[in-house]
Amino acid sequence: MSKAINHIKSTVVPLNLENIDTDQIIPARFLKATSREGFGENLFRDWRFENNDPDQPKKDFVLNNPIYAGKILVAAKNFGCGSSREHAAWAIKDYGFDVVVSSFFADIFKNNALNNFLVPVTVSEGFLQKIFEQVEKDPKSEISVSVEDQTITIEATGEKESFDINHYKKDCLINGFDDIDYLLNMREEIGAFEQARG
Amino acid sequence: MSNKTLFDKIWDTHVVKKIQDGPSVLYIDRHFIHEVTSPQAFKGLEKRGLPVFRPKQVVATADHNVPTLHQELPIKEELSRIQVQTLKDNCAKFGIELYGLGHPFQGIVHVIGPELGVTQPGCTYVCGDSHTSTHGAFGSIAFGIGTSEVEMVLATQCLLQSKPKLMRINVDGTLGKGVTSKDIVLYILSQISASGATGYAVEFAGSAIRALSMEARMTICNMSIEMGARCGMIAPDETTFTYVKGRKFAPQGAEWDKKLAEWKTLFSDEDAVFDKEYNFKAEDIEPMITYGTNPGMGIGVTGHVPELSEIKSGDLPAFEKSIQYMGLAAGEHILGHPVDYVFIGSCTNSRIEDLRQVAAFVKGKQKAEGVTCWVVPGSKQVEAQAKEEGIDKILEAAGFQLRQPGCSACLGMNEDKIPAGKYCISTSNRNFEGRQGPNARTMLASPLMAAAAAVTGKVCDVRELV
Ligand code: SF4
Repeated sequence: MSKAINHIKSTVVPLNLENIDTDQIIPARFLKATSREGFGENLFRDWRFENNDPDQPKKDFVLNNPIYAGKILVAAKNFGCGSSREHAAWAIKDYGFDVVVSSFFADIFKNNALNNFLVPVTVSEGFLQKIFEQVEKDPKSEISVSVEDQTITIEATGEKESFDINHYKKDCLINGFDDIDYLLNMREEIGAFEQARG
Repeated sequence: MSNKTLFDKIWDTHVVKKIQDGPSVLYIDRHFIHEVTSPQAFKGLEKRGLPVFRPKQVVATADHNVPTLHQELPIKEELSRIQVQTLKDNCAKFGIELYGLGHPFQGIVHVIGPELGVTQPGCTYVCGDSHTSTHGAFGSIAFGIGTSEVEMVLATQCLLQSKPKLMRINVDGTLGKGVTSKDIVLYILSQISASGATGYAVEFAGSAIRALSMEARMTICNMSIEMGARCGMIAPDETTFTYVKGRKFAPQGAEWDKKLAEWKTLFSDEDAVFDKEYNFKAEDIEPMITYGTNPGMGIGVTGHVPELSEIKSGDLPAFEKSIQYMGLAAGEHILGHPVDYVFIGSCTNSRIEDLRQVAAFVKGKQKAEGVTCWVVPGSKQVEAQAKEEGIDKILEAAGFQLRQPGCSACLGMNEDKIPAGKYCISTSNRNFEGRQGPNARTMLASPLMAAAAAVTGKVCDVRELV
């Protein structure tokens, strides 16, 4: 299965809160697995369920609201701050998201997301608000993201913004390459670098 | 004339290659690993049939999942036990030195690196843990990474990294009585916010920083990640060299002299330019305490929770959610607020200096009734030193519980959790919702403030007690 990711068009799940930290995305007590799978079940665990009980979904939490669904998660600024746990990116991807949109991402989260082919799209504060407004008006509204063109579009209004992504990472996403493939090919050069440093 | 920053000097000597229009291949001198963020990385190596590229440059310990009582017994919780065992198996298989449970060097990864002399100026360090920034206190580039990156470093001793922007935060002047480095960093956080340094490498400088001990400097760099910083660092000086000298893995003899000469060149040149710079005065800093659910939500202890009118409208939903979680009201004073738990520990404040400070304060005093007080040393070596100095006796006499080394109540992952709804004044670094256990309410503060709360049973102004 190719991990490559390029054009995504989907309805969105809006989560209009700032500073969502990775302890909320996946609480520490669920980090005990030794494999990468299955973290989606516990995504936003303590916001999603009453009394830590998967049979008691909290009605007012957006993931439990059947009106909202899709492959794109939209959150307010400073998303993914706190712990470096990659489990946060795994949980979001495993739950079924391919894109997270915010006006600001914490560094480590952004790297972790990219390494898992979860596209972090940074938009302006103004554009973010437009998305939230559009989705509030019509939860069926679709957003499309093109990694290749580096654009995000609100389909209903045609409003569009471009986003930054470095050239190298873009190639990786579109072609399904990992950093590790690149680095493995460099092992000789790395050895030479070590020699030269003494 | 050179106009390089401290960061530039270290970065430049570690770039193996710069990819055009992309990141650099950065060489990593030392890689710390622990049981939580490494299993999937080892699995990845196995899948690809790869060895660890430089096993001698990897240091492993078990800290997040370990119990802090009866470490000699098997870990009760099955998943925790499996994770700790998996680390052991992986280290044996891949030829990595492990300071695991029962080893005299075991402890929180960011406490043991410096104390063993593994952490040195001018080097690059990574760990699958955001508080790797701690090691920057020695004048090194040290940052947290995710598990995919742990796998990359295991496989190649390198990472692909884009150079961050550079920020300098200067703190000048003299700290008041009862004000410590923890207060400096909580103060900076309250001023620049929990995202104020995202995208930056931060150098802490100024006379108030220079005057700090190594332990105190580590506390500040530790929490640079709480500002969103990629890493935090402080230029090495005599304080640094004295601390490193003679430690187990520190250079010795002629090698020491050579290294020392190199280390003395590690500072930001006078003409170095930073992308952003902040200046703070030590005299403006009070003992700090947090009232909310991110580390930027801190106030001087005599202050009050902001009024709704002081919060920007866009920030209101998060603010209201936060104080509701904390059971506090807008405009409320924190001074005098009752506490149920006191946690002194974590990679922010569990070094011997922290324990000495706490012991000196509580000596001859008693903890308040109804307050549970845990003191958790950062490592076996800290624990042994504390016993040697009689700190354990002082704490026990005051009604505190001295536990065994580990991350403990810093994160609700091991047995040490704060019960729902309870208030904990904690010397750790994060007050996120549920961080210390589901619905636990965390107030971050310095070890002195925590000790003062332990003896009075409420948040108090430690300046009145020292
Ligand atoms: S003490 Fe806390 S912050 Fe430090 S490494 Fe352990 S869990 Fe992380």
